[in-house]
This record gives sequence, structure tokens and C-alpha cells, in this order.
Amino acid sequence: MLEDRIRAARKRKRLLLMPHLVLGYPSFESNRELIRTMVESGADIIEMQIPFSDPMADGPVILKANDAAVRNGVTTSQCLAFAKEICALYPETIFLFMTYANVPFVYGLENFVKVAADAGILGLIIPDLPPEEGAEYLSACERNDVAPIFLFTPTNTPERLRVLASYCRGLVYCVGRTGVTGIKTKIDDALGAMIQRYKSMTTLPIGLGFGLQSKKDIDALPKDVDIAIIGTKILTLHNEGGAKAVGQFLRELAA
Amino acid sequence: MEIHRQKYFGKFGGMYVPSILETTFDELTQAYQEARSDPAFWDGFAQYMRSYSGRPTPLTFAENLTGYLGGAKIYIKREDLNHTGAHKINNVIGQGLLAKRMGKKRVIAETGAGQHGVATATMAAKFGFECEIYMGEVDVKRQRPNVFWMEKLGAKVNVVKDGTRTLKDAINATFRDWAYSMETTHYVLGTACGPYPFPEMVAWFQSIVGKEAKKQILDVEDRLPNHVYACVGGGSNSLGIFSGFMDDKDVELVGVEAGGLGLDTGKHAARLASKDGKIGIAEGMKTVFLQTEEGQMMETHSISAGLDYVGISPILADLHERKRIRFEAATDDEVVEALRLALRKEGIVPALESAHAFAQAFKEAPRMGKDEIIVINQSGRGDKDIFTVADALKDRAWEDFIIQKAEEYRAGR
Ligand SMILES: Cc1ncc(COP(=O)(O)O)c(C=O)c1O
Repeated sequence: MLEDRIRAARKRKRLLLMPHLVLGYPSFESNRELIRTMVESGADIIEMQIPFSDPMADGPVILKANDAAVRNGVTTSQCLAFAKEICALYPETIFLFMTYANVPFVYGLENFVKVAADAGILGLIIPDLPPEEGAEYLSACERNDVAPIFLFTPTNTPERLRVLASYCRGLVYCVGRTGVTGIKTKIDDALGAMIQRYKSMTTLPIGLGFGLQSKKDIDALPKDVDIAIIGTKILTLHNEGGAKAVGQFLRELAA
Repeated sequence: MEIHRQKYFGKFGGMYVPSILETTFDELTQAYQEARSDPAFWDGFAQYMRSYSGRPTPLTFAENLTGYLGGAKIYIKREDLNHTGAHKINNVIGQGLLAKRMGKKRVIAETGAGQHGVATATMAAKFGFECEIYMGEVDVKRQRPNVFWMEKLGAKVNVVKDGTRTLKDAINATFRDWAYSMETTHYVLGTACGPYPFPEMVAWFQSIVGKEAKKQILDVEDRLPNHVYACVGGGSNSLGIFSGFMDDKDVELVGVEAGGLGLDTGKHAARLASKDGKIGIAEGMKTVFLQTEEGQMMETHSISAGLDYVGISPILADLHERKRIRFEAATDDEVVEALRLALRKEGIVPALESAHAFAQAFKEAPRMGKDEIIVINQSGRGDKDIFTVADALKDRAWEDFIIQKAEEYRAGR
């Protein structure tokens, strides 16, 4: 389902925009305003992160937002209920969850996937849950028609990429460089070659993330990239200038 | 050589690793498995521990404590007499030799009490690695002497201000560093936690403690002990000494966690001895954690930085479930009392971490027969804890000294 939705959207637009936010940070009320702005400013896919106390794959900015949201007492049930409300409000927009393995594990994996699917979530990104640890997760995703999304990174061997690709659905989340989130990717020939490598492993749409900063970066993206994933930059803009700043930035990118 | 992913101990363990680190873990797993099947590697390691760290550490008969408590005969395994003052050096030298084999140039590590950080910085100086240490802000404050020594040894100490600002946050920060630096860098994880192969590998290097202890007790007593006590943070010193007796079913193994202000106060770090621990996934492993209903890791409390940790070795979680190890907790107050007793009766200075094992043994020894034998693992020495211990003992003379010293510094600026 996710793949079809992305392909349909791609027919209308060369590059889809996928901004990120942390749920409950600074509040759900603020999330509502931000998502409305994102949708109105050209976001096609929105990655909503359910906060976790120990987000090992996130850089300092997203880490701080997770800390704050956890301290605010944000619960998984609140996030699921919020997703249901938002998905109903913006049926044209694609919504994904990103979180860490313990959150669905403690909630009950099977149940988490089902409730997320019922809410309208089309895909899940759980960076610390590799396919080898995720038998139950993968089968729950399959039963509920939710896409389990895996990350392709520059350090993975071709054999490993092939394994990841075989479990991945909807889109592949490609990492432009080594390291955690929030560091600028140098858009150059090396990136083009890397995307080529990723592309040769999968027929799924290619999302590229980790470090996009400006319209210039977007224009320089290799043609094979279908989705620009924007995390830290969006959060930084939101911290500094609120939803308005995020809206302005997204409109610039979409122009 | 085939790489075994997803290595479990019963239902605990695994490799919950982001894909960016997978290749590194494959490489490490292969290097570890090759080293483990090469007897020359262990021999080289044991030789290094003899010449550099003073192994074998002695097994001391605690004659005075035995008489004073009036029950079991008490022996103490003296890991405090290692170079750098704790068992941590065993694991660090082992991983250092492995890092050399893998051609790494830089090592990074998390530290709680700072003992593992000091050991890693020491190894890096000796082996010629660049070294960076991550340490929670809370721990930097309470273990300042170790920060001083890490820096003098040439390591860069990064203060971690995320989350609860303790050991778990330092572990996360070190993994973040590794995600950038893995090509040149080895992560020297300090305890038997994290993704496979760390739990098993760290326990393997620490098994040198148990091997020695078993031989030593057989030499002096010609029989095995009835009970072995060790404190449990992540689980490395306990797994080290327990490993020597694991297959001897009549030897009772007792792991002692941090009871903090008491198990019913919520302010403790007893994952297995309390009812508060629940199975979960974090720091790359599935094990028992102190976490909220929502699966968020909680703030823990202990007088000792080294036991102040939300998770526990998956190997220990499994041995607990299989009832091979009994888990108990000692409170901060009991620990300070045990430390005082050990100092006065035996002239030894256990680290606050180690003093948890002493406290539990002291509770139980008087009820045992005189023909019973117990071994306590003194995982480290307490010099590093001078500030915390002085506070706990409300030592006025020490306070006066610190005030005077501060005034001198201030006047000199
Ligand atoms: C002296 C000492 N003992 C025990 C510990 C706890 O760790 P583990 O349970 O891995 O032995 C530490 C950790 O810092 C320590 O420094």
C-alpha cells in the first residue's frame, strides 16, 4: 500500500518531501500546528517519531527533543490516538511512525502494529530492530499491510543490502553518510555512486536522509532519489522559528 | 568463517543494532570468534595480565572478619590489586589485544565509576591508541579523581549531558561516536552488556578471575566454597568470578545489586532482586531493565556510580531465570557500614561497588556453619570513592581540608 501511494504521488511530483517531527515535543498541540503547516507547505510524507529515552541512532538535536517529550510523560497510547486523529484529518498525506524497538515491544508488538495500521499509519521505521530480530514484527506488518522500512547505509556490504532489501517494503531509507542523524551530507559524485549502488539492490522508491540543509542540496540530488527526508534541519528550524519557519523552508524546497 | 548473528542466552541478548553498525559488529564478531578459538591468543592475554597487571591477584583469608562474624570462613578475591585498581583492566587488555589484531588506531569507551575509563585510557597509553571516554555528568561529579587520571593518561573525556546523565547515556553516546568512527576505532565496552558479541566476550576475558579463584581455593582448602558473592552493575566482575564455579552445582552464586535507598523506595538499581525490572530492548540488547509502564528507561539510584545502571547482562538475566544465581540487593547504608567494617577488620579498602558484595555476605555469614566457606569478589579498591565515602561518613576533618584547599585555589587565581 505504501509503495503504491508513493508511486502515485511521484507521478505528480519529481521529488517528494518527507519532514520529521517528534511527537509530544514540545506538545501535541504544537505538533498539530506543525503538521498542518507541513501539509500546506508541500510535505508528501510525514515521519512522526514516538519518543524514547535512549534513542541511540539520533544526533543531539533529535535526542534533546526525545528527552523533553519523555520527561513530559508522552505515552505510546497518546501517540497512537494522535496518529488516528491526524491521518483522518489529512487523508492525502502519507504518515509513518519512527521509534525504537522497546516502545512497540513493551506496548505489545502485534497490537502496536495493528493499532497503528488502524489509525492510518502506512509504514514503520525502527532503527534498532534488524530483520533478524524482527520475525514477529515482520509478520505483524505483513498481516496488517504496514510497510517495515529498513535503512541502507554506506557501510553495509552488498550482501547485507540485499538481505535488508528483501525484508523492506514501501520505500528504502537511504543514509547519505556514516554517523547518526543531523550531520550534513556532502552532495557530490560519491553520493551519486552510492545511490546507484542502493538502486541496484531494490526496486522500491528511494528516500535519502540525514543532513539535507537547503534548496541547493535538493537541486543537486541524484535523479534516482524519489524522496528527500529532512529531520534535524526541520527540528532546528522549529526550535528557532516555530511552524512558520518550517513552512517557509518547505515551500522553498518545493518551489 | 561463518558469522553468527542474533546470539541469545535463553530469551535474552541478541543484536539490536542499527544497520549503520552492522558491518562493524560482523567484523568484531569474526575477530572475537577467531581469537577465542586460538589458544595462543588467550596465552598472550594471560601473559600480559601477569606482567602488566600483577595477576594472579591473591585470594586473601579474612581471618578477622571470619572471627568477628562468627560463621562461615571468609575469603576475598583481590581484584583491587590489579593495575588501575579494579577488574576492569582484564576486559580492557583483552579487547585492546583484539583491537590491535583488527588494526584499529583509536579506542572509545563509556564509563560509570570511571574505573573502566581509567583502565581504557591506561591500555590506550600502553598500546599507542588514541582514546576518548564518554561519562555522564552525574558520574563526572562523583568520580572526579578518575576523570583527572583519564586526562593525565592522555584520553579526552566527554561529559554526557543527555537523559539521566549516567552510564546508559554514556553508552548511547559512545555508540553514536562509533557510528562515525568505526573504520579506525574499536569500542571497548566495559561490561557484559550491549549487543552480541560484547556480553559473551567481556565475560570471557573476565573469566580469568574465576579460573584463578577456583584454583586458589582448592589449593588452600582442598575443596570448593559453598557460596560466592559478587556485586552486579552490568555484570562483568560477577560473571568473571562465577564462571569458575558455574558447573559446580553445589556452589551457590550470589549476585548483589544496588539497593540504593531501599527496594520499596523506587530509588535503587536492582533489576533482578526487586520486582521493578521488566524485559525490554535498549543499548542493543534484550534484557531486564528498570523502565516505566511505557518502556522508557528510568532514573536509577546508587551510592556507587558503577552499579547505577538500568540494564543488566543478558547472560545474568538468563542465569537468574534458570535459578543458577540468587540475586540480592544491599542498600547504600548497608554498603557504607560494610566498607567501614572491611577497613577496620582487614585493612582493605573495597570500592563502593564491591562493598555491596561484602554487605550481603556479612548479612548471611553469621547464620552459616563454621565449616562453610564463602568467597567475596573485591572487584576494586575504594580510593576513587574518597569524596563519596567522606560524605557518607560525614567526616568533618575531610570537609575542613576541602574547604581550606578551595580557599587556597581561589586565593591563587
Ligand atoms: C570496582 C567496580 N566494581 C564493579 C563494577 C560494576 O560493573 P560490573 O557489574 O560490570 O562488574 C564497577 C563498574 O564501574 C567497578 O568499577
